[in-house]
Amino acid sequence: MSTLTEAPPPLAPQAPEPKRPKRRGRLTPYWLLLPGIVWLLVFFALPMIYQASTSVQTGSLEAGYKVTWHFATYWDALSAYWPQFVRSVLYAGTATILCLLLGYPLAYLIAFRAGRWKNLIMILVIAPFFTSFLIRTLAWKTILADGGPVVGALNTLHVLDVTNWLGMTAGDRVLATPLAVVCGLTYNFLPFMILPLYTSLERIDGRLHEAAGDLYARPWTTFRKVTFPLSMPGVVSGTLLTFIPAAGDYVNADLLGSTDTRMVGNVIQTQFLRVLDYPTAAALSFILMAAILLMVTFYIRRSGTEDLV
Amino acid sequence: MTNQTGPGGDVRLTGIAKTYGAFTAVHPLDLTVPQGSFFALLGASGCGKTTTLRMIAGLEEPSAGTVFLGDQDVTALPPYKRPVNTVFQSYALFPHLDIFENVAFGLRRRGLKSVKKQVEEMLELVQLGEQARKKPHQLSGGQQQRVAVARALINHPKVLLLDEPLGALDLKLRRQMQLELKRIQTEVGITFIHVTHDQEEAMTMADTVAVMNGGRVEQLGAPTDLYENPRTTFVANFLGTSNFIEAEVDSRSGEEIVLKAGGGKLVLPEARCSAPTATGGKVLVGVRPEKISLSHADDAGEIPEGRNRITGRIADSSFIGVSTQYVVDSPVCSDFEVYAQNIDRDPRLVPGAEVVLHWNPAHTFGLDAAQDADAGVEEAA
Amino acid sequence: MPFVNWLKRNLVVIAGLLTLGYLLLPNVVVTVFSFNKPKGRFNYEWQQFSLDAWKDPCGVSGLCGSLSLSLQIAFWATLGATLLGTLIAFALVRYRFRARGAVNSLIFLPMAMPEVVMAASLLTLFLNMGAQLGFWTILIAHIMFCLSFVVTAVKARVMSMDPKLEEAARDLYAGPFQTFVRVTLPIAAPGIAAGALLAFALSFDDFIITNFNAGSTVTFPMYVWGSAQRGTPVQINVIGTTMFVVAVLFVLVSMVAGNRRNRQKA
Repeated sequence: MSTLTEAPPPLAPQAPEPKRPKRRGRLTPYWLLLPGIVWLLVFFALPMIYQASTSVQTGSLEAGYKVTWHFATYWDALSAYWPQFVRSVLYAGTATILCLLLGYPLAYLIAFRAGRWKNLIMILVIAPFFTSFLIRTLAWKTILADGGPVVGALNTLHVLDVTNWLGMTAGDRVLATPLAVVCGLTYNFLPFMILPLYTSLERIDGRLHEAAGDLYARPWTTFRKVTFPLSMPGVVSGTLLTFIPAAGDYVNADLLGSTDTRMVGNVIQTQFLRVLDYPTAAALSFILMAAILLMVTFYIRRSGTEDLV
Repeated sequence: MTNQTGPGGDVRLTGIAKTYGAFTAVHPLDLTVPQGSFFALLGASGCGKTTTLRMIAGLEEPSAGTVFLGDQDVTALPPYKRPVNTVFQSYALFPHLDIFENVAFGLRRRGLKSVKKQVEEMLELVQLGEQARKKPHQLSGGQQQRVAVARALINHPKVLLLDEPLGALDLKLRRQMQLELKRIQTEVGITFIHVTHDQEEAMTMADTVAVMNGGRVEQLGAPTDLYENPRTTFVANFLGTSNFIEAEVDSRSGEEIVLKAGGGKLVLPEARCSAPTATGGKVLVGVRPEKISLSHADDAGEIPEGRNRITGRIADSSFIGVSTQYVVDSPVCSDFEVYAQNIDRDPRLVPGAEVVLHWNPAHTFGLDAAQDADAGVEEAA
Repeated sequence: MPFVNWLKRNLVVIAGLLTLGYLLLPNVVVTVFSFNKPKGRFNYEWQQFSLDAWKDPCGVSGLCGSLSLSLQIAFWATLGATLLGTLIAFALVRYRFRARGAVNSLIFLPMAMPEVVMAASLLTLFLNMGAQLGFWTILIAHIMFCLSFVVTAVKARVMSMDPKLEEAARDLYAGPFQTFVRVTLPIAAPGIAAGALLAFALSFDDFIITNFNAGSTVTFPMYVWGSAQRGTPVQINVIGTTMFVVAVLFVLVSMVAGNRRNRQKA
């Protein structure tokens, strides 16, 4: 009875009770899981194994491939395509940071300052999704066209001088440069940053801002000490949801870039669909997967957030 | 509204128990709730009262024992086959259905086609006729509570189970709903089993109260009986406040036991003692704070003969309107609580004053000294 | 300095609106260029106003065929993924069972995997099985990657659902099937709908996985991709604009209708 001597809150739920009595059907959950899980096992997990096996095969398209545990393929692939790997990480990383910088104010605006416009702005953030992203990406070709108003403005403001110095543009062009690819990546994955940010910002109790203000915090301090830390789950899942697809993307590099901006996705696509060098493509794909899983695990550990999506 | 249950509609639990792994929520329990009565299961969180209720509803499967409704063994019946309905703690109104459809739910599931008249009558009974087409979230807490009652009652269950139905309401509304539920119960004559942790609520509403503690029924009886003659310290402390003096049996005279405590003697009617009374045995002497009179030590001579008395010094006093509550330090018991009606206030009764506490021996009760005198104090708070 | 103060107070609003502009700019361009009459094969430079493409949206060969194929695949993929995903979500929320952690990881991994990796590995499987690439391989792939998103959406909704509601239904004479149909399903419906909508959007707009596993079958995104190499017909912009407008109108109308319904009830 010693457990009863602590004063319980008056409305506390009663004793540990499981959610529902188990009259029958211990197998029910397995029946519910079966079709979906089998689907994922056959069409997601099994292909990973096939891919791992393909990556250590040798042979040719004509003679067929055999597993020969030829791990050298990995080394060859890395030494041939390391610039593309570096570019992928660099472009995706830059795009992720830009997404965070651009997306945070908008998520903040929707969560706290939009008032009755909230729903409309929300719709406008999601609506572009309904136009095929390839069409929208092609529109950037027009926007960043040589001699167009955007490039002209960037030139006048000497932004291009800075990006030239950073090696992200060359001369008066933006199209077919790293800047154009990063710009496209940022644009394409921005909503994936905004939505989780908004979700975690919206959960913050508005009275916390008042409390912080009451306790002598200036607006900027309030943001730094209260708002931003509380939005961390959104920042973590937003950056992951942006970085992961951006690192594997090859559409932006293909449509907006040049042969000098090819990312690892482009290589995998070409090896697989054009060159038909399956082992190399599989090895590259495997390296990319391993690298991203490692990064994600490390990142989640560091930020201590479990609720990702 | 007519009562459809025939004779023998009692709820009988025999040897019913519930365990979750190593944890025993309800120890084997026998309980009979007479048909048509308003029965309360009273206890702190985790005492097993809700589990008992859920076993009657069929929402929880007993680990052992049998549930009878009248002569029928319903232990193996799922909830939707039992003539029993529940008013849930958070009401559990269906958010996607309006009030009318919430109330009509049970009738429709039993295949009734024309439910309009019955539902409207039921909504009138709980004074919600105007709200029929609103969704639950558009109603106040009190209104939602009445919908939950109507939704259960419309099925004319043999027994209505109420799981802390007033817990979410504020104090004033709670008092109002207590009277309302009592009125409805009298009107429809259905057996009500009411689970609550609020002793005042249980005593106001129920004909019979079962006080539960640690998965067992500690004492069962009418509210006045439980209050005036508790048989354990838990009941004495959980229902209201009690003062305890540890005493030793000195002698007997007729129906009364004389006890020694400190230097003085106290008298206790034998019928009100639930402890063994062999000479020299220890007994906890209990008395309720409002039964005690307080006199200044200077007036000790004016106290009538035949009353139990102890001396002490006022440690603290707080004025709360209808009464003044004193805490008195006495050699036999520190923190003796006394509630004095504010009829004629004696200006000398201030902290530090020497006083005599005295009461009619008929208000004394005796308990087994082997138990913890503070059992149930925290829970009741 | 009232202006500087105003600027300081509304800095976040201005920055947010600029981002919104960045997000919407391509849609504006797409819309404007749907009225263009380009000189060459590519529709990247403004020439002159014309309604030609709007009058004849299917005027380019293969375009409307690919659109209809994409809609069909999206429909079936949504149906499949929603069904399988909802079952998994219910199992995860409502039951304790072994292998829970493993199931959760299997759900999470496809969302944390770059599309190109899934696309390449799935193609390896299909090649090894000697499967004919086309409608069915695309459908299989789409159900696979939509599944996790449906599970996440439905799970969130079912988790926030009070289990007492189902107990109340059973208490009120509803058997297991009635309880599910009358109470569980209606309350979980918004989550299921959200999952289905997401699945439809993901499937309809998917390019990378489709590109690997389509063989010679051409979906709408693949048509756009191909046209970026060969020449972009204005009709692409017409379809893009139409989809945008229809989606926004659909959302606005359902929102207004929802508001009105709430007001009438109150």
